[in-house]
Formats: sequence, structure tokens, C-alpha cells
Amino acid sequence: MHKKTLFDKIWNQHVVSKIEDGPDVLYIDRHFIHEVTSPQAFDGLKKRGLSLFRKEKTIATADHNVPTLNQHLPIKEAQSRFQVDTLIKNCKDFGLELYGLGHPYQGIVHVIGPELGVTQPGMTIVCGDSHTSTHGAFGCIAFGIGTSQVEQVMASQSLLLNKPKQMRITIDGNLPKGVLSKDLILYVISKLGTGGGTGHFIEYAGSTIRNLSMEARMTVCNMSIEMGARGGFIAPDQTTFEYVKGRTFAPKGESFDTALEYWKTLYTEDAAEFDTEYHFDAADIEPMLTYGTNPGMGIKVSNNIPSSSHESNDASFTKALNYMDLQKGESLIGKKINHVFIGSCTNARIEDLRIVANYVNGKQKADHVLAMVVPGSKIVEAQAKAEGLDKVLAAAGFELREPGCSACLGMNEDKVPAGEYCVSTSNRNFEGRQGPGARTILASPLTAAAAAVAGEIVDVRKM
Amino acid sequence: MEKFKNINSTAVPMPMENIDTDQIIPARFLKATTREGFGENLFIDWREQSDGAKNEDFVLNNNLYQGQILIAGRNFGCGSSREHAAWALYDYGFRAVVSSFFADIFKGNALNNGLLPITVSPEFLNQIFKAIETDPKASFAIDLEKQTLICKAIDLQTNFEINPYKKHCLLNGLDDTDFLVSQKSKIEAFEAAHVIG
Repeated sequence: MHKKTLFDKIWNQHVVSKIEDGPDVLYIDRHFIHEVTSPQAFDGLKKRGLSLFRKEKTIATADHNVPTLNQHLPIKEAQSRFQVDTLIKNCKDFGLELYGLGHPYQGIVHVIGPELGVTQPGMTIVCGDSHTSTHGAFGCIAFGIGTSQVEQVMASQSLLLNKPKQMRITIDGNLPKGVLSKDLILYVISKLGTGGGTGHFIEYAGSTIRNLSMEARMTVCNMSIEMGARGGFIAPDQTTFEYVKGRTFAPKGESFDTALEYWKTLYTEDAAEFDTEYHFDAADIEPMLTYGTNPGMGIKVSNNIPSSSHESNDASFTKALNYMDLQKGESLIGKKINHVFIGSCTNARIEDLRIVANYVNGKQKADHVLAMVVPGSKIVEAQAKAEGLDKVLAAAGFELREPGCSACLGMNEDKVPAGEYCVSTSNRNFEGRQGPGARTILASPLTAAAAAVAGEIVDVRKM
Repeated sequence: MEKFKNINSTAVPMPMENIDTDQIIPARFLKATTREGFGENLFIDWREQSDGAKNEDFVLNNNLYQGQILIAGRNFGCGSSREHAAWALYDYGFRAVVSSFFADIFKGNALNNGLLPITVSPEFLNQIFKAIETDPKASFAIDLEKQTLICKAIDLQTNFEINPYKKHCLLNGLDDTDFLVSQKSKIEAFEAAHVIG
């Protein structure tokens, strides 16, 4: 009999119907919405005279546009304020609870879903945001959608989708000292390129993945889209079940036991076949840095910038290096930097903040560096304060802000000035991503913290 | 959604690879709450320098190149899921994008907005880039019913793939929301039969 992958199992479980010669109607268990990609969808519902089909499966927060200072005051920037106000009004009009500014659950959509226990193994989860793949860490088919699809889910709790191809990436062995899961995923992306996963859904497997914490797994799954993949996930295991148990919206008592029984069936059967497979050895991974203008343009810290890339043609490669003001053959070590951003749905959870605080404890950031730490949610912020991380960070000259997407995409005031380098724990180094002309170097929270202290790029293993 | 009409037009060449949606429409322009008007800021950071001066080297500022078809290097539309990228291209006047490779989310967004993404072979893409380089007024014909793209200047033709369902939607101006709402009873039956999740 045909052996099933985890993807087959969850997908098949959610097919409402199949259209001949066309896509499947796939049922969506949870829909996360935020202020940027929802207003046109709510408008569409209003124009069609429709209500929210399943509002109890819809979770709303404000994250992309929000300031990270003085969140108790009205938002200064008029357009951002209008967009956040529009979300408040839409939620009210459609009877939806909003985890907006001032709410104890507010935060980046992909941080709050897991920490509240909304995200559970085996679910289908969507959001008008490409980093929805983060929820894949729990063994969910989770992926980003456009606003027309946001409207479709609002109207029917379903989407029309073609089943993607399947890829498995297996990583075995122990991660070397100083190497985090962020380095692991930047390494994989540098191998596959920004289009290497396109058309596929990825399952991450192997002993290295098994040994990661849930938060480290979220960082891996988060960046699946940076290879072009529809999503990426990890089969749930004891680590997953223990993380979910007891969370606010997780099933309780007997319901939990019933759910657990089902969750334990969520794995890829031996001898199941994938369209594409890759294997990597964890021992080969070093702290990683990007040098170009897409996440596939990454190198090990000990390597020099290459003279070409499998990733792009010569014109595109040269344009990227010109934008970054970097040379072929150059090492990034010793490159002076002015900004460090610790945050985003990739690396703004409590473990990330602990890693940074632990490294900077008793140290000082370099004078010329602005070091900003933006927690992923109010819950992360509160936890950091409860653990005294805020004091450690403040003593080292790092500023702990309030939660939001912040300088990952610079929709609020948190922008990197043109021409300046920022070592960032976020997920994209595209031209202008952190502000027009900003030069982004993606790295792990540990490498970013070390750069803030040194004032330049360093090999954290040697510090 | 408007019905897709066959295209006879010149094209705008953009051979750059991995053009991401942050370039197509930067995040700071995503604050609007309607679908209209994004064309004004299409590729704005490539069209304008930081002081607001026109970047004369950029193809959209070159009057030689115009038309309803954008021809782009591989992996067009990667990155963010923002549908605003498809809205911006459509609002600017494009009705089709031709490349050797598209990012998945962008492709879906384009199809949901009457913007036709056409995937061609890398060889075909190179040939049409050369044809436009030789003659910026080289004309193209796109027939969705027949699934053909013709470059008249060099007498070159290719067929392209499209999901029959999406083709039907484009030709008839139908969108997925109408269809899904019509499936309500099936969806409710599914919910009744599946308690988990």
C-alpha cells in the first residue's frame, strides 16, 4: 500500500471536496489576521453582504504597523493609525475579539498563536503573511496567503488549493558550539537558494531537528518561505506535546488526551516517498551571515563573499553587492556596523531574548551601535521582565521595546537609515526592507548580540 | 474581477532575477485600506532615487519600453505574500507577466486579480529578451483560450500551462470567493463529520 507522508495525512484529512481538473477545497482550522492584509478582505465581505463564516476560528492582532514605544498613546503616524483603527472597527463590525494594542495577548501573529496554544498539531493554519510557515513547527500545514484568499477564508473557512509537491530536508548530528537554529536555516537556504523550495511543502527531519526546542523549531519553519516553499513543518513529538499542554487555548483534561492520541499518529510513514530530498550534516554548519539582497546569499562566518552565485545571474549579483557596498572575495569579519535589531517572527521569543541577555550580561554595546530588542509579544515582554532580562539588556546599552514587527519591515518608525549596516535577526535582507537604502545582514541572535558589543561583525565562536 | 481579454502589445523587459515583492511595492506603501492606487508606487525605489529624482536608467522611466506585458527574470515575485504587488502591477497597466519561474504566492495572487502569469522556458525567455533588445517595439500576442504566447518580431511561439479551473475563472471573470460560498453546505457537512481541529 502507498505509504503516507505527514503532509498527505493532514492534507487528506482537510479536503472538503475535489474539483475535477482543478484544485481541492481545503478546510482551514485557524485563520490569523492583522491590520495590513485584512482591510480589503473585510471590505469584500461587506460588499458581498457576507458575515464571518467562523469567527471562533479567526484570531486578530495588530503587529505590522504598531509603534514599539509608548503603545499606550495614540499612534502618531496618520496612515498607520488609520489602518490599526480600521482593524478595530472591522473586528467590532464582525463581532471578532481583537488582541490589539493594550491587550495582554497582543504581539506578532506567529508568536502569539503558538504561545497561546491556538496552534496545535495537525491543523491547517493560514494568514495573510508569508511567515505563517512558523506554525509548521507544531506539525501544521501552515502557509501565507494573499488578501483575496483572506477574504475567501473569512467567507467560507476554506480555500481552493492545488496540492504542492513534497520535499524532505534531513539534518543529522549535533550543532557545533555557537551555532543556533537560525544558522541552520540560513545554511539550508544558502544551499537551496531563494527558489529552491518553490512548488514544494517541506518536512524537516533528522536528529538535529529532533533535538531542537519548540522555539528553535519555529525559527527553522519560519524561514521556509525564503526558499520559496509553500511552507515547512516538523512532525510533532514529545517536545511538541509538552509545549502545547497547559497553554491558554490548548485542549484540557480528557480533550487533551483525545487530541494527544490523534497527534501521535502524525508522522511520515517509513518508505513514504518525497518528490525531492536533501541531507545535510549539522557538523558542517557555522554561524551564518548574509552578504547580499536575498536570504539565499549567505555564507559561513569563516568564508569570504563568493565571486558569483548559483542564485542569480551576473547582473543581479553585481547589483546586490553594489547595494550592500561589499566586494567579491571580501570577509565580513571586522565590518563596522551601526545597528543591531533583535526581533521579528523569526527570533523574538523568550529563548532568543535569553540568549542575547546571557551573552551581553556584564558587557557593553559599542558606542556607535544602536541596539534594539523588540519582543514578539506582550507575554514575551512580561516574561523577560519577570526574569530580569530587561535590566541585563539595559545595563549593556540595549533598548527593550514593546512588541511588534518593527524594523523587520520598517512599516513603523523603526527604520535603518540609508547606507547603514544592520545586523538583524529578522528574515529578509531585500533592498530597502528595513528602510530605503538600508543594508541588512541576517544573523542569529547570538551573532547579532556579539556584533552589537564588538561594533563590528565577529565570529561569536572566538569571543 | 474583470474578464481576461487577449493581449496584443509591446512589452517591458526586466531581466533582473529574484525580483521580490518588497521591490514591486515597498512595505511603507501597504498602509492603504483599499485595492486601488498602488500603481503609482510600483517599483518606486527603482524608479526614483532617494532624493526623489527620476532614475533614468530604470526601464519604467524609459519611454522606449511600454505595454501591457512585463517580461522578468526567473523567480519573479518571491518574498512577502502581499497581494498589493499584483494590485500594483495591474493598476499600472500590466495584464500579463512572463518569466521562466514564479514564486508560488505571487502567482496565486496574480491569478486572483486577472493578471496572467506565463511561465516559459529559460531559452524562450532569453530569446524574447534579445528580440526586445533588438527592437523595443517588438510586439507580442497572448491568447488565453489557446494558451499561446507569440513574439511576432522573431516569429516565435510557445504554449503555456494553466490550471483549467483558473483559466475558466479568468476567461469568465469569476473569483474563488463566489465558488467557495456556493459550497457552504458541503463545508458544513465536512465540519459535522470532523471534530478534530
